[in-house]
Amino acid sequence: MERQNRPQAAARRLTMRQREALMGYLFIAPALVGLTLFFVLPTLRAAQISLTDWNLMRAPRFVGLTNYEKIWSDGTFWESLRLTLLYVIYNIPVQTALALFIAVLADRLARQVWVRAVMIAPYLLSNVVAGLIWLLMLDPLIGMTNVFLELIGVGKQGFLSSPDQSLISVAGINIWRHVGFTALLFYAGLQAIPREFYEAARLDGAKEWQMFRNITLPLLRPVMVFVMVTSVIGSFQIFDTIAVTTAGGPAGTTKVVMFYIYENAFKYSKMGLASAMSMVLFCILILVTLAQMRLMRADQSDLG
Amino acid sequence: MQRMSAARISGYAALVVFAFISLLPVWVTLKTALSHPQDVFAEASSLIPHAPTMGNFARALGMPSDVTLISARSAPIDFALALRNSVIYAAILVTGQLFFSALAAYAFARLRFPGRDKLFIAFIAATMIPSIVLFIPNFVLIRQLGLINTFAGMVAPNILMVPFAVFFLRQFFISSPKELEEAARLEGLGHFQIFWHIALPLQKGPLATLAILLSINAWNDFFWPYLVGRDDSVRPLAVALAEFQSQTGQGTPDWTGLMAAVMLSIIPILFLLVFFGRQIVESLQTSGMK
Repeated sequence: MERQNRPQAAARRLTMRQREALMGYLFIAPALVGLTLFFVLPTLRAAQISLTDWNLMRAPRFVGLTNYEKIWSDGTFWESLRLTLLYVIYNIPVQTALALFIAVLADRLARQVWVRAVMIAPYLLSNVVAGLIWLLMLDPLIGMTNVFLELIGVGKQGFLSSPDQSLISVAGINIWRHVGFTALLFYAGLQAIPREFYEAARLDGAKEWQMFRNITLPLLRPVMVFVMVTSVIGSFQIFDTIAVTTAGGPAGTTKVVMFYIYENAFKYSKMGLASAMSMVLFCILILVTLAQMRLMRADQSDLG
Repeated sequence: MQRMSAARISGYAALVVFAFISLLPVWVTLKTALSHPQDVFAEASSLIPHAPTMGNFARALGMPSDVTLISARSAPIDFALALRNSVIYAAILVTGQLFFSALAAYAFARLRFPGRDKLFIAFIAATMIPSIVLFIPNFVLIRQLGLINTFAGMVAPNILMVPFAVFFLRQFFISSPKELEEAARLEGLGHFQIFWHIALPLQKGPLATLAILLSINAWNDFFWPYLVGRDDSVRPLAVALAEFQSQTGQGTPDWTGLMAAVMLSIIPILFLLVFFGRQIVESLQTSGMK
Protein backbone atom coordinates (compact mmCIF):
# COMPACT_ATOMS: atom_id res chain seq x y z
CA MET A 1 0.00 0.00 0.00
CA GLU A 2 2.58 2.49 1.19
CA ARG A 3 4.89 1.73 -1.67
CA GLN A 4 2.20 2.05 -4.31
CA ASN A 5 0.96 5.35 -2.99
CA ARG A 6 4.27 7.13 -2.79
CA PRO A 7 4.90 7.92 -6.50
CA GLN A 8 1.28 8.93 -6.87
CA ALA A 9 1.51 11.28 -3.90
CA ALA A 10 4.76 12.67 -5.25
CA ALA A 11 3.12 13.31 -8.58
CA ARG A 12 0.22 15.04 -6.90
CA ARG A 13 2.58 17.17 -4.79
CA LEU A 14 4.41 18.17 -7.91
CA THR A 15 1.23 19.23 -9.64
CA MET A 16 0.19 21.11 -6.53
CA ARG A 17 3.46 22.96 -6.59
CA GLN A 18 3.10 23.58 -10.31
CA ARG A 19 -0.41 24.85 -9.76
CA GLU A 20 0.87 27.16 -7.04
CA ALA A 21 3.52 28.51 -9.41
CA LEU A 22 0.93 28.96 -12.14
CA MET A 23 -1.37 30.84 -9.73
CA GLY A 24 1.62 32.92 -8.63
CA TYR A 25 2.22 34.05 -12.20
CA LEU A 26 -1.49 34.68 -12.72
CA PHE A 27 -1.62 36.80 -9.55
CA ILE A 28 1.28 38.99 -10.63
CA ALA A 29 0.21 38.99 -14.30
CA PRO A 30 -1.62 42.37 -14.23
CA ALA A 31 1.25 44.03 -12.38
CA LEU A 32 3.75 42.37 -14.70
CA VAL A 33 1.85 43.63 -17.76
CA GLY A 34 1.91 47.10 -16.20
CA LEU A 35 5.64 46.86 -15.50
CA THR A 36 6.42 45.68 -19.02
CA LEU A 37 4.02 47.91 -20.95
CA PHE A 38 4.48 51.17 -19.05
CA PHE A 39 7.95 50.94 -17.49
CA VAL A 40 10.32 48.53 -19.25
CA LEU A 41 9.24 48.88 -22.89
CA PRO A 42 8.87 52.70 -22.71
CA THR A 43 12.43 52.97 -21.39
CA LEU A 44 13.67 50.99 -24.38
CA ARG A 45 11.38 52.92 -26.69
CA ALA A 46 12.65 56.24 -25.32
CA ALA A 47 16.18 55.15 -26.21
CA GLN A 48 14.95 54.18 -29.69
CA ILE A 49 13.01 57.43 -30.24
CA SER A 50 16.09 59.39 -29.17
CA LEU A 51 17.81 58.14 -32.34
CA THR A 52 15.11 59.54 -34.62
CA ASP A 53 13.77 62.81 -35.93
CA TRP A 54 10.07 62.70 -35.14
CA ASN A 55 7.35 65.34 -34.83
CA LEU A 56 4.45 62.85 -34.41
CA MET A 57 3.03 63.89 -37.82
CA ARG A 58 5.38 62.10 -40.19
CA ALA A 59 6.96 58.69 -39.65
CA PRO A 60 10.06 58.78 -37.42
CA ARG A 61 13.30 59.10 -39.41
CA PHE A 62 16.46 57.40 -38.10
CA VAL A 63 19.18 59.98 -37.57
CA GLY A 64 21.70 58.11 -35.42
CA LEU A 65 23.31 60.20 -32.72
CA THR A 66 22.39 63.56 -34.29
CA ASN A 67 20.07 64.47 -31.38
CA TYR A 68 22.84 63.86 -28.87
CA GLU A 69 25.20 66.03 -30.91
CA LYS A 70 22.55 68.76 -30.97
CA ILE A 71 22.20 68.55 -27.20
CA TRP A 72 25.97 68.77 -26.79
CA SER A 73 26.02 72.12 -28.55
CA ASP A 74 22.70 73.39 -27.19
CA GLY A 75 23.49 76.20 -24.76
CA THR A 76 19.93 76.29 -23.41
CA PHE A 77 20.14 72.64 -22.43
CA TRP A 78 23.35 73.19 -20.47
CA GLU A 79 21.86 76.30 -18.91
CA SER A 80 18.80 74.25 -17.88
CA LEU A 81 21.11 71.70 -16.27
CA ARG A 82 22.97 74.46 -14.46
CA LEU A 83 19.69 75.90 -13.16
CA THR A 84 18.55 72.43 -12.07
CA LEU A 85 21.77 71.88 -10.15
CA LEU A 86 21.47 75.32 -8.58
CA TYR A 87 17.91 74.49 -7.63
CA VAL A 88 19.00 71.23 -5.97
CA ILE A 89 21.65 73.18 -4.04
CA TYR A 90 19.09 75.76 -2.87
CA ASN A 91 16.60 73.02 -1.98
CA ILE A 92 18.26 70.00 -0.38
CA PRO A 93 20.69 71.25 2.30
CA VAL A 94 18.20 73.70 3.85
CA GLN A 95 15.36 71.19 3.67
CA THR A 96 17.41 68.36 5.20
CA ALA A 97 18.92 70.44 8.01
CA LEU A 98 15.58 72.02 8.89
CA ALA A 99 13.83 68.64 8.81
CA LEU A 100 16.45 67.12 11.10
CA PHE A 101 16.08 70.01 13.53
CA ILE A 102 12.29 69.69 13.61
CA ALA A 103 12.47 65.90 13.94
CA VAL A 104 14.78 66.14 16.97
CA LEU A 105 12.53 68.77 18.56
CA ALA A 106 9.40 66.69 17.96
CA ASP A 107 11.14 63.58 19.29
CA ARG A 108 12.16 65.40 22.49
CA LEU A 109 9.19 67.64 23.10
CA ALA A 110 6.07 66.61 21.22
CA ARG A 111 5.43 62.97 20.36
CA GLN A 112 1.68 63.36 19.92
CA VAL A 113 0.39 62.12 16.58
CA TRP A 114 -1.45 65.34 15.83
CA VAL A 115 1.85 67.25 15.90
CA ARG A 116 3.12 65.06 13.09
CA ALA A 117 -0.22 65.38 11.29
CA VAL A 118 0.23 69.17 11.25
CA MET A 119 3.84 68.65 10.12
CA ILE A 120 2.89 66.67 7.01
CA ALA A 121 -0.20 68.71 6.06
CA PRO A 122 1.62 70.72 3.35
CA TYR A 123 3.04 67.49 1.87
CA LEU A 124 -0.46 66.11 1.34
CA LEU A 125 -1.35 69.07 -0.87
CA SER A 126 -0.35 68.75 -4.51
CA ASN A 127 2.56 70.66 -6.01
CA VAL A 128 0.00 72.54 -8.07
CA VAL A 129 -1.92 73.66 -4.99
CA ALA A 130 1.28 74.50 -3.10
CA GLY A 131 2.42 76.54 -6.12
CA LEU A 132 -0.86 78.45 -6.36
CA ILE A 133 -1.04 79.12 -2.63
CA TRP A 134 2.47 80.59 -2.68
CA LEU A 135 1.72 82.53 -5.82
CA LEU A 136 -0.80 84.32 -3.62
CA MET A 137 1.49 84.50 -0.56
CA LEU A 138 4.39 85.93 -2.60
CA ASP A 139 2.35 88.26 -4.81
CA PRO A 140 3.98 91.72 -5.02
CA LEU A 141 0.66 93.49 -4.45
CA ILE A 142 -1.37 91.42 -2.02
CA GLY A 143 1.01 88.71 -0.77
CA MET A 144 1.16 88.27 2.99
CA THR A 145 4.94 87.78 2.79
CA ASN A 146 5.52 91.24 1.38
CA VAL A 147 3.11 92.77 3.88
CA PHE A 148 5.24 91.21 6.61
CA LEU A 149 8.55 92.26 5.04
CA GLU A 150 7.30 95.86 4.76
CA LEU A 151 6.26 95.72 8.40
CA ILE A 152 9.73 94.72 9.62
CA GLY A 153 11.36 97.24 7.32
CA VAL A 154 12.96 94.89 4.78
CA GLY A 155 10.74 96.17 1.96
CA LYS A 156 8.93 94.46 -0.88
CA GLN A 157 10.60 91.68 -2.84
CA GLY A 158 9.78 90.48 -6.35
CA PHE A 159 10.10 86.79 -5.45
CA LEU A 160 8.67 84.69 -8.33
CA SER A 161 8.53 87.68 -10.68
CA SER A 162 12.14 88.70 -10.08
CA PRO A 163 14.84 87.05 -12.22
CA ASP A 164 17.21 87.08 -9.25
CA GLN A 165 14.79 85.47 -6.83
CA SER A 166 12.57 83.22 -8.96
CA LEU A 167 14.53 79.99 -8.63
CA ILE A 168 15.16 80.44 -4.93
CA SER A 169 11.44 81.19 -4.43
CA VAL A 170 10.50 77.94 -6.17
CA ALA A 171 12.98 76.13 -3.91
CA GLY A 172 11.36 77.83 -0.91
CA ILE A 173 7.91 76.62 -1.97
CA ASN A 174 9.17 73.06 -2.24
CA ILE A 175 10.95 73.26 1.08
CA TRP A 176 7.66 74.40 2.61
CA ARG A 177 5.85 71.41 1.09
CA HIS A 178 8.50 68.75 1.82
CA VAL A 179 10.22 69.69 5.06
CA GLY A 180 7.53 68.22 7.32
CA PHE A 181 7.46 64.92 5.46
CA THR A 182 11.26 64.69 5.58
CA ALA A 183 11.10 65.48 9.29
CA LEU A 184 8.60 62.66 9.71
CA LEU A 185 11.03 60.18 8.12
CA PHE A 186 13.83 61.40 10.40
CA TYR A 187 11.45 61.18 13.36
CA ALA A 188 10.79 57.51 12.58
CA GLY A 189 14.56 56.96 12.40
CA LEU A 190 15.05 58.64 15.77
CA GLN A 191 12.42 56.38 17.34
CA ALA A 192 14.48 53.37 16.28
CA ILE A 193 17.56 54.50 18.22
CA PRO A 194 17.66 52.77 21.63
CA ARG A 195 17.10 55.25 24.48
CA GLU A 196 19.78 53.54 26.59
CA PHE A 197 22.48 55.05 24.37
CA TYR A 198 21.47 58.55 25.43
CA GLU A 199 21.07 57.57 29.07
CA ALA A 200 24.55 56.07 29.13
CA ALA A 201 26.02 59.11 27.40
CA ARG A 202 24.28 61.43 29.84
CA LEU A 203 25.76 59.49 32.75
CA ASP A 204 29.18 60.04 31.17
CA GLY A 205 28.45 63.75 31.19
CA ALA A 206 27.93 64.19 27.43
CA LYS A 207 26.44 67.47 26.23
CA GLU A 208 23.36 67.66 23.95
CA TRP A 209 25.46 68.59 20.94
CA GLN A 210 27.96 65.76 21.59
CA MET A 211 25.13 63.23 21.82
CA PHE A 212 23.67 64.54 18.58
CA ARG A 213 27.03 64.26 16.80
CA ASN A 214 28.14 60.94 18.21
CA ILE A 215 24.91 59.00 18.64
CA THR A 216 22.03 60.51 16.66
CA LEU A 217 23.79 61.37 13.39
CA PRO A 218 25.69 58.09 12.89
CA LEU A 219 22.70 55.92 13.82
CA LEU A 220 20.41 57.92 11.60
CA ARG A 221 22.56 57.26 8.55
CA PRO A 222 20.40 54.56 6.89
CA VAL A 223 17.40 56.90 6.98
CA MET A 224 19.62 59.79 5.94
CA VAL A 225 20.79 57.87 2.85
CA PHE A 226 17.20 57.04 1.89
CA VAL A 227 16.05 60.63 2.42
CA MET A 228 18.99 62.15 0.53
CA VAL A 229 18.79 59.79 -2.45
CA THR A 230 15.03 60.12 -2.91
CA SER A 231 14.89 63.86 -2.28
CA VAL A 232 17.82 64.64 -4.57
CA ILE A 233 16.29 62.52 -7.37
CA GLY A 234 12.95 64.24 -6.81
CA SER A 235 14.55 67.66 -6.71
CA PHE A 236 16.32 67.08 -10.04
CA GLN A 237 12.90 66.43 -11.58
CA ILE A 238 11.16 69.59 -10.35
CA PHE A 239 8.36 70.43 -12.79
CA ASP A 240 4.82 70.93 -11.41
CA THR A 241 5.62 73.92 -9.20
CA ILE A 242 7.38 75.69 -12.04
CA ALA A 243 4.59 74.89 -14.50
CA VAL A 244 2.03 76.72 -12.34
CA THR A 245 4.12 79.54 -10.86
CA THR A 246 6.68 80.80 -13.38
CA ALA A 247 6.34 78.64 -16.51
CA GLY A 248 10.13 78.80 -16.86
CA GLY A 249 10.32 82.58 -16.52
CA PRO A 250 11.00 85.33 -15.84
CA ALA A 251 13.56 85.52 -18.65
CA GLY A 252 14.21 81.77 -18.50
CA THR A 253 15.54 81.90 -14.94
CA THR A 254 13.48 78.87 -13.88
CA LYS A 255 13.73 76.88 -17.10
CA VAL A 256 15.01 73.73 -15.40
CA VAL A 257 15.83 70.60 -17.36
CA MET A 258 12.43 68.88 -16.90
CA PHE A 259 10.65 72.00 -18.11
CA TYR A 260 12.96 72.32 -21.11
CA ILE A 261 12.42 68.67 -22.05
CA TYR A 262 8.66 69.13 -21.60
CA GLU A 263 8.68 72.15 -23.93
CA ASN A 264 10.64 70.32 -26.61
CA ALA A 265 8.41 67.25 -26.48
CA PHE A 266 4.94 68.64 -25.96
CA LYS A 267 5.13 72.22 -27.17
CA TYR A 268 7.43 71.86 -30.21
CA SER A 269 6.76 68.13 -30.83
CA LYS A 270 10.49 67.34 -31.07
CA MET A 271 10.03 63.82 -29.75
CA GLY A 272 13.47 62.55 -30.78
CA LEU A 273 15.39 65.46 -29.33
CA ALA A 274 13.34 65.48 -26.11
CA SER A 275 13.81 61.72 -25.68
CA ALA A 276 17.56 62.12 -26.10
CA MET A 277 17.51 64.80 -23.40
CA SER A 278 15.50 62.53 -21.11
CA MET A 279 18.07 59.76 -21.62
CA VAL A 280 20.88 62.19 -20.71
CA LEU A 281 18.95 63.16 -17.56
CA PHE A 282 18.46 59.46 -16.78
CA CYS A 283 22.22 58.85 -16.97
CA ILE A 284 22.93 61.90 -14.81
CA LEU A 285 20.47 60.66 -12.18
CA ILE A 286 22.06 57.21 -12.13
CA LEU A 287 25.51 58.77 -11.67
CA VAL A 288 24.26 61.11 -8.95
CA THR A 289 22.60 58.21 -7.10
CA LEU A 290 25.71 56.02 -7.30
CA ALA A 291 27.90 58.90 -6.14
CA GLN A 292 25.61 59.56 -3.18
CA MET A 293 25.52 55.88 -2.19
CA ARG A 294 29.28 55.78 -2.27
CA LEU A 295 29.78 59.06 -0.42
CA MET A 296 27.37 58.04 2.29
CA ARG A 297 28.65 54.46 2.47
CA ALA A 298 25.10 53.21 2.14
CA ASP A 299 26.12 49.57 2.32
CA GLN A 300 27.53 49.87 5.83
CA SER A 301 25.35 50.25 8.86
CA ASP A 302 26.27 51.53 12.30
CA LEU A 303 23.28 49.80 13.86
CA GLY A 304 23.99 46.18 14.29
CA MET B 1 17.80 73.00 35.53
CA GLN B 2 16.95 76.62 34.84
CA ARG B 3 18.92 76.52 31.60
CA MET B 4 17.32 73.25 30.51
CA SER B 5 13.87 74.74 30.74
CA ALA B 6 14.97 77.80 28.77
CA ALA B 7 16.15 75.43 26.03
CA ARG B 8 12.83 73.59 26.24
CA ILE B 9 10.87 76.80 25.87
CA SER B 10 12.83 77.87 22.81
CA GLY B 11 12.33 74.35 21.42
CA TYR B 12 8.57 74.63 21.81
CA ALA B 13 8.71 78.11 20.33
CA ALA B 14 10.53 76.77 17.27
CA LEU B 15 7.89 74.07 16.83
CA VAL B 16 5.08 76.60 17.12
CA VAL B 17 6.73 78.87 14.54
CA PHE B 18 7.13 75.89 12.22
CA ALA B 19 3.46 74.86 12.63
CA PHE B 20 2.44 78.47 12.02
CA ILE B 21 4.43 78.69 8.77
CA SER B 22 3.03 75.29 7.67
CA LEU B 23 -0.58 76.28 8.20
CA LEU B 24 -0.68 80.05 7.61
CA PRO B 25 -0.69 79.83 3.78
CA VAL B 26 -3.66 77.46 3.90
CA TRP B 27 -5.49 79.88 6.18
CA VAL B 28 -4.73 82.82 3.89
CA THR B 29 -6.06 80.74 0.98
CA LEU B 30 -9.31 80.16 2.86
CA LYS B 31 -9.51 83.83 3.81
CA THR B 32 -9.07 84.91 0.20
CA ALA B 33 -11.64 82.35 -0.98
CA LEU B 34 -14.15 83.86 1.45
CA SER B 35 -13.44 87.50 0.49
CA HIS B 36 -15.22 89.74 -1.97
CA PRO B 37 -12.98 90.35 -5.00
CA GLN B 38 -12.99 94.12 -4.41
CA ASP B 39 -11.70 93.65 -0.82
CA VAL B 40 -8.63 91.60 -1.71
CA PHE B 41 -6.22 94.53 -1.98
CA ALA B 42 -7.52 96.48 0.98
CA GLU B 43 -7.46 93.42 3.22
CA ALA B 44 -4.10 92.03 2.14
CA SER B 45 -2.69 92.30 5.65
CA SER B 46 -5.80 91.05 7.45
CA LEU B 47 -6.21 87.44 8.55
CA ILE B 48 -10.01 87.55 8.60
CA PRO B 49 -12.34 88.76 5.82
CA HIS B 50 -14.54 91.54 7.21
CA ALA B 51 -17.52 90.48 5.08
CA PRO B 52 -17.17 86.77 4.36
CA THR B 53 -19.04 85.36 1.38
CA MET B 54 -19.59 81.92 -0.11
CA GLY B 55 -20.04 83.60 -3.49
CA ASN B 56 -16.63 82.59 -4.84
CA PHE B 57 -17.34 78.93 -4.20
CA ALA B 58 -20.72 79.25 -5.91
CA ARG B 59 -19.00 81.01 -8.81
CA ALA B 60 -16.27 78.35 -9.09
CA LEU B 61 -18.92 75.65 -9.17
CA GLY B 62 -20.87 77.45 -11.89
CA MET B 63 -23.79 78.29 -9.62
CA PRO B 64 -25.53 81.66 -9.52
CA SER B 65 -23.50 83.95 -7.30
CA ASP B 66 -23.82 87.39 -5.77
CA VAL B 67 -20.10 87.96 -6.29
CA THR B 68 -19.15 89.59 -9.54
CA LEU B 69 -15.68 90.17 -10.86
CA ILE B 70 -14.20 93.59 -11.33
CA SER B 71 -12.74 92.47 -14.63
CA ALA B 72 -13.39 89.06 -16.05
CA ARG B 73 -10.24 88.24 -17.97
CA SER B 74 -10.51 84.52 -18.42
CA ALA B 75 -13.26 82.29 -19.70
CA PRO B 76 -14.91 80.59 -16.74
CA ILE B 77 -13.61 77.13 -15.94
CA ASP B 78 -16.24 74.64 -14.85
CA PHE B 79 -14.79 73.48 -11.54
CA ALA B 80 -17.90 71.42 -10.76
CA LEU B 81 -17.10 69.32 -13.82
CA ALA B 82 -13.39 69.18 -12.87
CA LEU B 83 -14.39 68.05 -9.39
CA ARG B 84 -16.53 65.29 -10.88
CA ASN B 85 -13.64 64.27 -13.17
CA SER B 86 -11.21 64.13 -10.24
CA VAL B 87 -13.61 61.87 -8.33
CA ILE B 88 -14.05 59.52 -11.31
CA TYR B 89 -10.32 59.48 -12.06
CA ALA B 90 -9.34 58.79 -8.44
CA ALA B 91 -12.08 56.16 -7.98
CA ILE B 92 -11.12 54.14 -11.07
CA LEU B 93 -7.39 54.46 -10.44
CA VAL B 94 -7.44 53.61 -6.73
CA THR B 95 -9.84 50.67 -7.09
CA GLY B 96 -7.65 49.12 -9.76
CA GLN B 97 -4.41 49.89 -7.94
CA LEU B 98 -5.67 48.33 -4.72
CA PHE B 99 -6.89 45.15 -6.38
CA PHE B 100 -3.92 44.52 -8.67
CA SER B 101 -1.36 45.52 -6.05
CA ALA B 102 -2.97 43.25 -3.45
CA LEU B 103 -2.93 40.33 -5.90
CA ALA B 104 0.75 40.83 -6.68
CA ALA B 105 1.68 41.49 -3.05
CA TYR B 106 -0.05 38.26 -1.96
CA ALA B 107 1.75 36.24 -4.62
CA PHE B 108 5.11 37.76 -3.64
CA ALA B 109 4.43 37.06 0.03
CA ARG B 110 2.80 33.63 -0.03
CA LEU B 111 3.02 31.75 -3.32
CA ARG B 112 6.18 30.00 -4.44
CA PHE B 113 7.17 30.29 -8.09
CA PRO B 114 10.46 30.43 -9.97
CA GLY B 115 11.97 33.91 -10.32
CA ARG B 116 9.74 35.40 -7.63
CA ASP B 117 12.36 37.41 -5.75
CA LYS B 118 14.05 38.67 -8.91
CA LEU B 119 10.71 39.89 -10.24
CA PHE B 120 10.02 41.62 -6.95
CA ILE B 121 13.32 43.49 -7.22
CA ALA B 122 12.43 44.46 -10.79
CA PHE B 123 9.21 46.00 -9.47
CA ILE B 124 11.05 48.07 -6.90
CA ALA B 125 13.75 49.09 -9.41
CA ALA B 126 11.08 50.44 -11.76
CA THR B 127 10.50 53.34 -9.35
CA MET B 128 14.00 54.60 -10.17
CA ILE B 129 13.20 55.43 -13.80
CA PRO B 130 12.63 59.19 -14.11
CA SER B 131 9.06 60.01 -15.08
CA ILE B 132 10.03 62.11 -18.11
CA VAL B 133 11.78 59.11 -19.71
CA LEU B 134 8.49 57.22 -19.47
CA PHE B 135 6.11 60.07 -20.27
CA ILE B 136 7.26 60.61 -23.85
CA PRO B 137 6.88 56.97 -25.05
CA ASN B 138 3.77 56.44 -22.91
CA PHE B 139 2.22 59.56 -24.43
CA VAL B 140 3.04 58.23 -27.89
CA LEU B 141 1.50 54.85 -27.00
CA ILE B 142 -1.70 56.32 -25.53
CA ARG B 143 -1.98 58.56 -28.58
CA GLN B 144 -1.57 55.62 -30.98
CA LEU B 145 -4.26 53.74 -29.06
CA GLY B 146 -6.56 56.75 -29.52
CA LEU B 147 -6.94 57.17 -25.76
CA ILE B 148 -6.00 60.84 -25.44
CA ASN B 149 -8.67 62.69 -23.44
CA THR B 150 -10.19 59.51 -22.03
CA PHE B 151 -10.20 58.26 -18.46
CA ALA B 152 -8.77 54.98 -19.79
CA GLY B 153 -5.71 56.78 -21.16
CA MET B 154 -5.29 58.78 -17.97
CA VAL B 155 -5.29 55.76 -15.65
CA ALA B 156 -3.57 53.22 -17.95
CA PRO B 157 0.12 53.67 -16.99
CA ASN B 158 -0.43 53.47 -13.24
CA ILE B 159 -3.50 51.36 -12.64
CA LEU B 160 -1.84 47.94 -12.98
CA MET B 161 1.04 48.48 -10.67
CA VAL B 162 2.24 50.83 -7.97
CA PRO B 163 5.59 49.54 -6.67
CA PHE B 164 5.08 51.27 -3.32
CA ALA B 165 1.65 49.61 -2.83
CA VAL B 166 2.98 46.14 -3.67
CA PHE B 167 5.87 46.64 -1.26
CA PHE B 168 3.57 48.00 1.46
CA LEU B 169 0.98 45.17 1.31
CA ARG B 170 3.55 42.42 0.88
CA GLN B 171 4.97 43.21 4.31
CA PHE B 172 1.54 42.86 5.94
CA PHE B 173 0.85 39.56 4.17
CA ILE B 174 4.25 38.20 5.24
CA SER B 175 3.74 39.11 8.89
CA SER B 176 0.20 37.75 9.21
CA PRO B 177 -0.18 34.18 10.54
CA LYS B 178 -0.36 31.40 7.97
CA GLU B 179 -2.54 28.95 9.93
CA LEU B 180 -5.92 30.10 8.63
CA GLU B 181 -4.77 29.93 5.04
CA GLU B 182 -3.25 26.48 5.56
CA ALA B 183 -6.48 25.23 7.12
CA ALA B 184 -8.46 26.57 4.17
CA ARG B 185 -5.99 24.86 1.85
CA LEU B 186 -6.74 21.52 3.53
CA GLU B 187 -10.45 22.22 3.10
CA GLY B 188 -9.70 22.29 -0.60
CA LEU B 189 -10.08 26.01 -1.29
CA GLY B 190 -8.23 27.38 -4.31
CA HIS B 191 -5.52 30.06 -4.08
CA PHE B 192 -7.76 32.83 -5.31
CA GLN B 193 -10.54 31.91 -2.88
CA ILE B 194 -8.07 31.87 -0.01
CA PHE B 195 -6.73 35.26 -1.09
CA TRP B 196 -10.16 36.81 -1.53
CA HIS B 197 -12.08 35.29 1.40
CA ILE B 198 -9.37 34.79 4.00
CA ALA B 199 -6.11 36.68 3.47
CA LEU B 200 -7.54 39.94 2.15
CA PRO B 201 -10.25 40.50 4.82
CA LEU B 202 -7.54 40.16 7.49
CA GLN B 203 -5.76 43.19 6.02
CA LYS B 204 -8.68 45.62 6.14
CA GLY B 205 -6.66 48.13 8.18
CA PRO B 206 -3.61 48.30 5.91
CA LEU B 207 -5.87 48.26 2.83
CA ALA B 208 -7.84 51.22 4.15
CA THR B 209 -4.64 53.12 4.92
CA LEU B 210 -3.29 52.34 1.47
CA ALA B 211 -6.58 53.42 -0.10
CA ILE B 212 -6.27 56.78 1.67
CA LEU B 213 -2.66 57.31 0.53
CA LEU B 214 -3.41 56.25 -3.05
CA SER B 215 -6.49 58.49 -3.14
CA ILE B 216 -4.46 61.50 -2.03
CA ASN B 217 -1.87 60.70 -4.72
CA ALA B 218 -4.53 60.28 -7.41
CA TRP B 219 -6.27 63.48 -6.30
CA ASN B 220 -2.95 65.34 -6.59
CA ASP B 221 -1.77 63.80 -9.88
CA PHE B 222 -0.75 66.49 -12.31
CA PHE B 223 1.90 65.88 -14.95
CA TRP B 224 0.41 62.84 -16.70
CA PRO B 225 -3.23 64.07 -16.72
CA TYR B 226 -1.82 67.43 -17.89
CA LEU B 227 -0.37 65.61 -20.93
CA VAL B 228 -3.29 63.35 -21.87
CA GLY B 229 -6.39 64.72 -20.15
CA ARG B 230 -6.81 68.41 -20.93
CA ASP B 231 -10.25 68.26 -22.50
CA ASP B 232 -13.02 69.72 -20.30
CA SER B 233 -14.82 66.37 -20.22
CA VAL B 234 -12.00 64.53 -18.42
CA ARG B 235 -9.79 67.29 -16.99
CA PRO B 236 -9.22 66.77 -13.24
CA LEU B 237 -9.07 69.57 -10.67
CA ALA B 238 -5.27 69.89 -10.51
CA VAL B 239 -5.04 70.42 -14.28
CA ALA B 240 -8.03 72.79 -14.29
CA LEU B 241 -6.35 74.86 -11.55
CA ALA B 242 -3.12 75.12 -13.52
CA GLU B 243 -4.98 76.17 -16.67
CA PHE B 244 -7.12 78.69 -14.79
CA GLN B 245 -3.90 80.28 -13.56
CA SER B 246 -2.10 80.18 -16.92
CA GLN B 247 -5.05 81.82 -18.70
CA THR B 248 -4.40 84.91 -16.62
CA GLY B 249 -1.02 85.44 -18.25
CA GLN B 250 0.67 88.57 -16.97
CA GLY B 251 -2.55 90.13 -15.70
CA THR B 252 -3.95 90.14 -12.20
CA PRO B 253 -5.45 86.74 -11.46
CA ASP B 254 -9.00 86.31 -10.24
CA TRP B 255 -7.59 85.63 -6.78
CA THR B 256 -10.83 84.94 -4.94
CA GLY B 257 -12.12 82.56 -7.62
CA LEU B 258 -8.76 80.81 -7.91
CA MET B 259 -8.44 80.36 -4.14
CA ALA B 260 -12.04 79.10 -3.88
CA ALA B 261 -11.15 76.47 -6.49
CA VAL B 262 -7.92 75.68 -4.62
CA MET B 263 -9.94 75.19 -1.42
CA LEU B 264 -12.26 72.79 -3.25
CA SER B 265 -9.22 70.66 -3.95
CA ILE B 266 -7.79 71.00 -0.42
CA ILE B 267 -10.95 70.32 1.61
CA PRO B 268 -11.19 66.55 0.90
CA ILE B 269 -7.53 66.16 1.90
CA LEU B 270 -7.93 68.14 5.12
CA PHE B 271 -10.96 66.00 5.85
CA LEU B 272 -8.90 62.80 5.43
CA LEU B 273 -6.10 64.25 7.55
CA VAL B 274 -8.46 65.16 10.39
CA PHE B 275 -10.24 61.81 10.48
CA PHE B 276 -7.42 59.46 9.50
CA GLY B 277 -4.40 61.46 10.67
CA ARG B 278 -2.97 58.61 12.72
CA GLN B 279 -3.11 56.08 9.88
CA ILE B 280 -1.63 58.54 7.37
CA VAL B 281 1.19 59.60 9.70
CA GLU B 282 2.06 56.06 10.74
CA SER B 283 2.09 54.64 7.22
CA LEU B 284 4.14 57.52 5.79
CA GLN B 285 6.49 57.25 8.73
CA THR B 286 7.43 53.68 7.78
CA SER B 287 8.16 54.56 4.16
CA GLY B 288 11.74 55.53 5.02
CA MET B 289 12.43 52.43 7.10
CA LYS B 290 13.04 49.10 5.48
